[in-house]
Amino acid sequence: MTEDDIRRAYIEELVRVAPDIDPATVRGSDHLQDDLELDSMDILNLVIALNSRFGVAISEAEYPRIATPDLAAKFLAEKI
Amino acid sequence: MAEFTMPSLGADMEAGKLVEWLVKPGDRVKRGDVIAVVETQKGAIEIEVFEDGTVDTLLADLGQTLPVGAPMAQIRAPGEAVPVAPAPPPEAAPEAVPPVKAEEAAPEVPRAPPPAPPVTPAGIAASPAAKAKAAELGIALETLEGSGPDGAVVLADVEAAAGAQAPRAPDRGAFLAEMRKAIAAAMARSKREIPHYYITHTVDLSAASDWLAQANADRPPEERLLMGALLVKAVALAAREERSVNGYFGAQGFEPASAVHLGLAIALRGGGLVAPAILDADTLSLPDLMAAMRDLTMRARAGRLKSSEMSMATLTFSGLGESGVEAMAGIIVPPQVALVTAGAPGERALVRDGAVIAARAVTFTLAADHRVSDGRLGSKFLTALDAKLQMPEAL
Repeated sequence: MTEDDIRRAYIEELVRVAPDIDPATVRGSDHLQDDLELDSMDILNLVIALNSRFGVAISEAEYPRIATPDLAAKFLAEKI
Repeated sequence: MAEFTMPSLGADMEAGKLVEWLVKPGDRVKRGDVIAVVETQKGAIEIEVFEDGTVDTLLADLGQTLPVGAPMAQIRAPGEAVPVAPAPPPEAAPEAVPPVKAEEAAPEVPRAPPPAPPVTPAGIAASPAAKAKAAELGIALETLEGSGPDGAVVLADVEAAAGAQAPRAPDRGAFLAEMRKAIAAAMARSKREIPHYYITHTVDLSAASDWLAQANADRPPEERLLMGALLVKAVALAAREERSVNGYFGAQGFEPASAVHLGLAIALRGGGLVAPAILDADTLSLPDLMAAMRDLTMRARAGRLKSSEMSMATLTFSGLGESGVEAMAGIIVPPQVALVTAGAPGERALVRDGAVIAARAVTFTLAADHRVSDGRLGSKFLTALDAKLQMPEAL
């Protein structure tokens, strides 16, 4: 799986958690909280979805490493 | 025969537009079943039925906007006989316009002998409902292929075309503007009618934070708890003790509620706000409460909340989440009599044993109705809330 594949999968899960986000408008540098207005409940839902999709356990301390699609693609690529 | 009517889904709702029927005549329903979807200024809401029975007649058409209280369907009680003659009584004149219902949309020919559909000046045969809808949506009738008798355009054809032409997403700006209007109207009314008073209290979260860190250490993400769940549980338990903040203000004055259905304010992207209720929040374990909050948040985002959730809150809680400012004060959602808000938890200078220390804390503000309680009762509530959060293991 390339980083691009992971980024695409991440955005798919993101939009499932927050269906009011238009995937076409999400940029790689968009921050979950600051740009996409996710709250802590949404982020937990996303972490759960990523965990089940990639089989990667993401601890609370690692949340900053999945805070944007670009960061998450890099982080998940290392972990998979 | 019971009449099923357009429910009120909050103080800010005047009407709703029927967008989907999930039942048809003859279907059995039981209390709590979702039988229709209605679009309101707060998004699409799944409408539940409040009694057991059998659907007799659907009275509302898809696309129809109905005021609160307008009849939508007739439901026979269990055991109630089917009203006379499924066959049309001889004296009954055929309906001028066969109503187009979801389950008989498109190719099916209406039951009643089709009266010659009125012909528009342009020579297009269309039912009055179809014409009205087409005019409302700005769709030219001659561009549509009719599925009614003799190729007449019926309401379903117009709606199908509308659906194809205009996907709903681009309307988000307009939707949020409508929601903002509804919020403004309800809040203006609340401030006009309810004599609000406000009290504030800062609660030390050291014990709750330590307990939470330990509780989450070994949990997989789907079982992790958020501080928000602890705050919600503590609010619900305190409301059970201090009943003057939990209930409704109606024509007879204050009616305390026996259950705590806690409305949870959820901010929507772009500036909307909904506050669906977690039913019996005081009785749920923290993991169950957490699951309910996650589910509610997802469905609020997807626009799939249920009518009971929109109408049953006995008290509302609004938290700023994990980051943001220190405190906020809110406006009560009528007919409720109080609103609890929390700023973002953070490090604060607290005094403990005569010394100033830095500790994690959260500031709660209670907005309450002076017709029902006063600062003394309100402060009992916030004091009880504080005590709950000092014993997180008991939440």
